[in-house]
Amino acid sequence: MANMAQAVRMALHYGEKHLGVTDVFGEDVGPPLGGVFTATQGLKTAWNTPLDERGIIGTAMGIAYAGGRPVCEIQFCDYAFNVLDMFKIAGNQRWASGGGYDMPLVVMTPNGAGIRGSLYHSHSFESWASRLPGWKVVMPSNALDAYGLMIAAIKDPNPVLVLLPKALLRARDPRLIPGEPADQDELSRMIDAPIGDRADWEPNWPELEDHTVKIGTAELVREGTFGTVISYGRPLPLCAQAADELANQHHRTFDVIDLRSIFPYDWEMISRSVLKTGRVLIVNEDTEVTNFGEHLLRRIVDEHFYDLVVRPRTLMGKHVPGIGMNQNYELNSVPQLGDIRGALWDLATEAA
Amino acid sequence: MPDANEDPPDIEDALLRRGTRTAAPSAIRSGRDVMSVEVALTVFRQMLRTRALEERSIKMSKSGEAYFWIGGPGEEAFNVCLGLQINKGRGPAHDYLHLHYRNAGIMLAMGMPMIEHTRQLAMRWTDRHSRGRNFVGHYSIPEWNVVPVTSVIEVQFAMAPGTALVQKRHGLKTPGENEGISVVVGGEAGTAEGDFESCLNWSTRPGAELPVLMLVTNNRYGISTDLDSVHTHRPIADRAIPYGVRHETIDGNDPVATWHGIDRAMRYCRRERKPFLLEATVSRLHGHSSSSGAQRNWNEIDPLNAFEQKLIDAGAIDTNAVRALKDEAKAEADEAVVETMKEAEPTREDVYAFTYAPSEVDAAYPKDYTGLPGAK
Repeated sequence: MANMAQAVRMALHYGEKHLGVTDVFGEDVGPPLGGVFTATQGLKTAWNTPLDERGIIGTAMGIAYAGGRPVCEIQFCDYAFNVLDMFKIAGNQRWASGGGYDMPLVVMTPNGAGIRGSLYHSHSFESWASRLPGWKVVMPSNALDAYGLMIAAIKDPNPVLVLLPKALLRARDPRLIPGEPADQDELSRMIDAPIGDRADWEPNWPELEDHTVKIGTAELVREGTFGTVISYGRPLPLCAQAADELANQHHRTFDVIDLRSIFPYDWEMISRSVLKTGRVLIVNEDTEVTNFGEHLLRRIVDEHFYDLVVRPRTLMGKHVPGIGMNQNYELNSVPQLGDIRGALWDLATEAA
Repeated sequence: MPDANEDPPDIEDALLRRGTRTAAPSAIRSGRDVMSVEVALTVFRQMLRTRALEERSIKMSKSGEAYFWIGGPGEEAFNVCLGLQINKGRGPAHDYLHLHYRNAGIMLAMGMPMIEHTRQLAMRWTDRHSRGRNFVGHYSIPEWNVVPVTSVIEVQFAMAPGTALVQKRHGLKTPGENEGISVVVGGEAGTAEGDFESCLNWSTRPGAELPVLMLVTNNRYGISTDLDSVHTHRPIADRAIPYGVRHETIDGNDPVATWHGIDRAMRYCRRERKPFLLEATVSRLHGHSSSSGAQRNWNEIDPLNAFEQKLIDAGAIDTNAVRALKDEAKAEADEAVVETMKEAEPTREDVYAFTYAPSEVDAAYPKDYTGLPGAK
């Protein structure tokens, strides 16, 4: 019953204890705060850095060169833009050195809209990230996957960017992380730092177990025949909900694919589903011009043009410079439940 | 005045440098700094080898044997003195090197064969540093803790605190092996980038000071822009003052002064486990790179000629011995190029190689990267 922030915290603890994580660091990541979303509370190796994103990625690279196992955080992905060239360099070190150096680092960062974050706490980064060959990029939509993908990211010998949909960081997963107590209040008493003075507080970690979600594996969260919906992160639960509503009310069922991994992506699952339904909708909240969804759309058209029965389509964020503070801006610039339901209905009912 | 592409006339050169002493000296001096003749001759020979390799490299770029040249003629004194003092090896007990692209002299002094430079210059598959993927001078040698050189200037300054952090911890756990430091080298123009400031900041966190030796070679130019038009007239080394970092500016064209400047800075970093900023003023004898023609600039001080004169004046070497060393170095460079040009270039099949390390937790690429997921 952990929420996503707790799941990340538990994965990092598991990483410290079993997978050789040497450093968990970033702005406000160490005591006393333990991360602005509490995802790093109580961790043994967590420490606070200067407010310097380039220094964070550069230092992570240095630690990785020297045999350490760093996990660092960019506090919001909106602040990753001034490290794009550091990301590029981290992604090319193995290629550029002809296999001389691996770059085993993990960067996690909250991503996307949904918390009234305004211009600098609401952006999406996956499309930019997908243009960084050498990196792997994952984005969970639930706590159990967040745990499993974090552990995979730590185990992977390549740089991995873990995008955490900030609107879902407090969302609870009905499924238990292996080793997690069933009672969510008990879990909270064990691992959530108290409000106020935390000087003497230490977490009481549950005996956690390995749970690895392999990078590059999507999950089919709903099955159906009237269309294929491909999504990830914040819109994914909305896609599942819209599919449920259309199934219950109109007997139109859909394959809903939680991509989970932006790169490498699970082309086999996408391909299989498109072959089955012939109808495709891709949903994400990044801005619509040169969006990662466009790459999937291009490949689907390239490889499945004659398998499609209606035009494939996308539902994405508007091409505007930011998410405005007023809710009317946010509601009208990134896909909402109603938008997804409408798009699914149009997809399922268009005459072939 | 010879043409920009020519060596200076040898006869005049030799006459100019005829020594008058008869007894062999025991040491070479520069101000208060003293260097034994044995070390001085070692430095001199490595400087000659470096110059010979750089000059042959420029010819490669002009002859079509290579596409692009960048390097450090004029920085031989600094580079060789640094390379000879590196604690060479793999892992945190040894020095990490975060270099830029004018450091051939460091690598030759550390023992890298010339052919490992020319293979990269000629973009061969046999290039151990990058498999023909990177510009020349972009070295990468895991066995010597030389991390990949990147063309983006100054980014190496953001990475050095990371290796130094691991080294400091290593020293605390194993006090007998606490000597390793992180050496980061950049040019003065690059100090305009924020990564330089990041290095100063991250190396001086209270209670977590790091053994980073920051080296700035100041050749007074950023491509074609003069230092005085973009930086204050204060020395670059003064940038250490607000961080409380020990610092010094040395004459990087004088091997004796350079040797001791590097020695002082290294000893401080090794023993105190704290950073040091050392600025070395150097010459730039062939411009920024082949993109600006790589023509010889005779107006700059040539550290090699100056040291040669100093050694001859001191009676440490004679012109015949100098000539023999020069011939030997040129022959070594020529042979490296001849061998290099026989070797294979990368092929179409090599494009994807070494993109991702094999991963047991990756469903798409558990072994090798083969292009887009699921591509036939």
